[in-house]
Amino acid sequence: MKTIFYIIQKEFIQVSRNRMMLPIIFVVPIVQLLILVHAATFEMKQIKMCVVDNDFSATSRKLISKFSGSPFFRIKYSSFSYSEAEKFLQKGKADVILQVPPHFEKNLNTNNPGKVMLSINAINGVAAGLIYAYSGQIINDFNKDMSSGKIQIAENHTRPETINITYTHWYNPQLNYKTFMVPGILVLLVTLIGLFLAGMNIVREKEIGTIEQINVTPIKKYQFIAGKLVPFWIIALFELAFGLSLGKLLFNIPMLGSLWLVFLAAAIYLIAVLGMGLFISTLANTQQQAMFLSFFFMIVFLLMSGLFTSVESMPQWAQYFNKINPIAYFIRIMRMVLLKGSGFSDIRIELLSLAAIGSAVLAMAVRRYRKVA
Amino acid sequence: MKRFIGFVRKEFYHIIRDWRTLIILFGMPVIQLILFGYVITNEIKDVKIAVFDQSKDETTLRLINKITASGYFKLTENINSYDEIEQIFKKGFVKQVVVFEPDFAKKLKKEGKASIQLLTDASEPNTANLVVNYTSGIISGFMAEENKLADIPVKIIPEVRMLYNPELKGVFMFVPGIMAMLLMLVSAIMTSISITREKELGTMEVLLVSPLKPVQIIFGKVAPYVLLAFIDAIIIIAIGHFVFKMPVLGSVSLLMLEALIFITVALSLGILISTVTNSQQVAMMLSMVALMLPTILLSGFIFPIENMPWPLQALCQIMPPKYFIIIIKSIMLKGNGFLYVWKETLILLAMAAFFILLSVKKFKVRLEA
Repeated sequence: MKTIFYIIQKEFIQVSRNRMMLPIIFVVPIVQLLILVHAATFEMKQIKMCVVDNDFSATSRKLISKFSGSPFFRIKYSSFSYSEAEKFLQKGKADVILQVPPHFEKNLNTNNPGKVMLSINAINGVAAGLIYAYSGQIINDFNKDMSSGKIQIAENHTRPETINITYTHWYNPQLNYKTFMVPGILVLLVTLIGLFLAGMNIVREKEIGTIEQINVTPIKKYQFIAGKLVPFWIIALFELAFGLSLGKLLFNIPMLGSLWLVFLAAAIYLIAVLGMGLFISTLANTQQQAMFLSFFFMIVFLLMSGLFTSVESMPQWAQYFNKINPIAYFIRIMRMVLLKGSGFSDIRIELLSLAAIGSAVLAMAVRRYRKVA
Repeated sequence: MKRFIGFVRKEFYHIIRDWRTLIILFGMPVIQLILFGYVITNEIKDVKIAVFDQSKDETTLRLINKITASGYFKLTENINSYDEIEQIFKKGFVKQVVVFEPDFAKKLKKEGKASIQLLTDASEPNTANLVVNYTSGIISGFMAEENKLADIPVKIIPEVRMLYNPELKGVFMFVPGIMAMLLMLVSAIMTSISITREKELGTMEVLLVSPLKPVQIIFGKVAPYVLLAFIDAIIIIAIGHFVFKMPVLGSVSLLMLEALIFITVALSLGILISTVTNSQQVAMMLSMVALMLPTILLSGFIFPIENMPWPLQALCQIMPPKYFIIIIKSIMLKGNGFLYVWKETLILLAMAAFFILLSVKKFKVRLEA
């Protein structure tokens, strides 16, 4: 026990003497929260629109002003020819072209459908889908306005049955994207600290050669590993506390559930992450290799975990993969506990799975680790 | 020249003998393309919903069938009280609860009006928003069928053309981004680390006292990575084109030329980093924070720049990958020629010149203790 304590003490002294560590511990979370939360948004506003009005009628102008009045669209250019408008699209100066063909109003007045053309830059498929949805809504509203003006006369004959749809968004009524991202980014933070710092720390001793000196001491394998991992376990938990307070202060994220539960889950999750870090350190001989391997694993696990996109819409094999993906479990737990106030019984299965993954990974890493250079 | 070739050969051996680096070099683009191509989607599919049907009549039953038959939703639970809603939301699998009011069909017949309440778990706001939109759409469709009102006479019909990416494939968005990211990773980060590594291990001293000129050392270090970066770029474009059917409308040689310019920018950044640092850890952290994060986040790779707050948008303007991504998209997907991208190309060239000048000024022939 005493040996472990000394190793831990040595690690803490080394960490505190390292010029790079202090900025990493304090600056990285701030930068991540500030930049990631603001940059990582799929919200669309200010879609750049180019209008080609070939009809020049009262109706077409009304339709266009309906677009410019919406908070989503900004009409940047108007043109008379479609080919000129397409140039704007091609140069990336506009995202969508609204073309009103000639005889638009005339068609409407003679009870023919009036066609308008929307040409959307669809390279970003998600954005294109949203642009389409927003313009659809605006045109629908416009249709309703027109028909309510026209149908009034015929109103008394038939009264169509209507279903009144109301909706409520629970836990996040304003659909604030930041409350969604902050817990996920905290997970990223804890993972970074656990995976990179812990893994690279051991490899660094290998590369510099000081591991030799430790190997010749009578220290046991488990003592060495515990001594190496515990400091980073503590630092990562501290980071989580720091990040949570920042999230509360900067973004006022809700914390409905018990914070103890969050830290319990983090403590278990970190065992899995540190185990992965240790495993990578047994594979690598240089810090460069360790970093690239960590980076590789992290990208794969992180992208599949549902940090940015919902897990349900992934293909079946990806969902099976997520059964062994610790990041996926931890992100779920964080969001559930912080945003929805889920209790211990709701996240029991996730906690158990995390514990199982953690002990499996750690056992594998410890088995692979050899006390020889 | 012979010495130089020998040096380049040494560098190649360094890289090729290290399987871990090779995995990163060639495994990374493949796996990322697959992940982005198949896994990362914003589509709605099989979202789990629950129904709280207080009426349980023939109309609600048909409507529920209609909703589940759409393929977007999967009915997993029928619940019987409001209290249960909170419970199932807290468990976290059900994303939406559809609540029918009592006497739904009766009210619809008698008063011509009945209510449905959609409750969503908005801890995932995007999903919640999409789910509500899709469900409302299905319900309106149902009503239109019931009322046979599908053909309202006066109507504006939008005709939509999705230009450049008619099937709205996510890969089209990601291929340029992954290319920028990998070229950055290979050219800037690997170079900077491999130079600082020689410094840290002390072998840099050996190289500096050798008859090789400093310029030759730098070029020798850089040459293998240029080649590898090029191979990576070709792999990415090939997978994008042959597996995901991404078109290459513009000229391939222009594309390669632009890639070469971007590689030059990235390499000069890598050399710059290596001249200001002495340890691998610092080089790595600098590369991660100053190069990797911006390449992923501030380049328009995943998240559109237009939606960011203005300080971040300003920051995006000085990120080289931003311009490279614009150029690639323009050439590959829009089939534009040089005339459309000369401005971005010029900016990249200016950046390259600036970084090279800066690092030449900073490069030290001697090592300090």
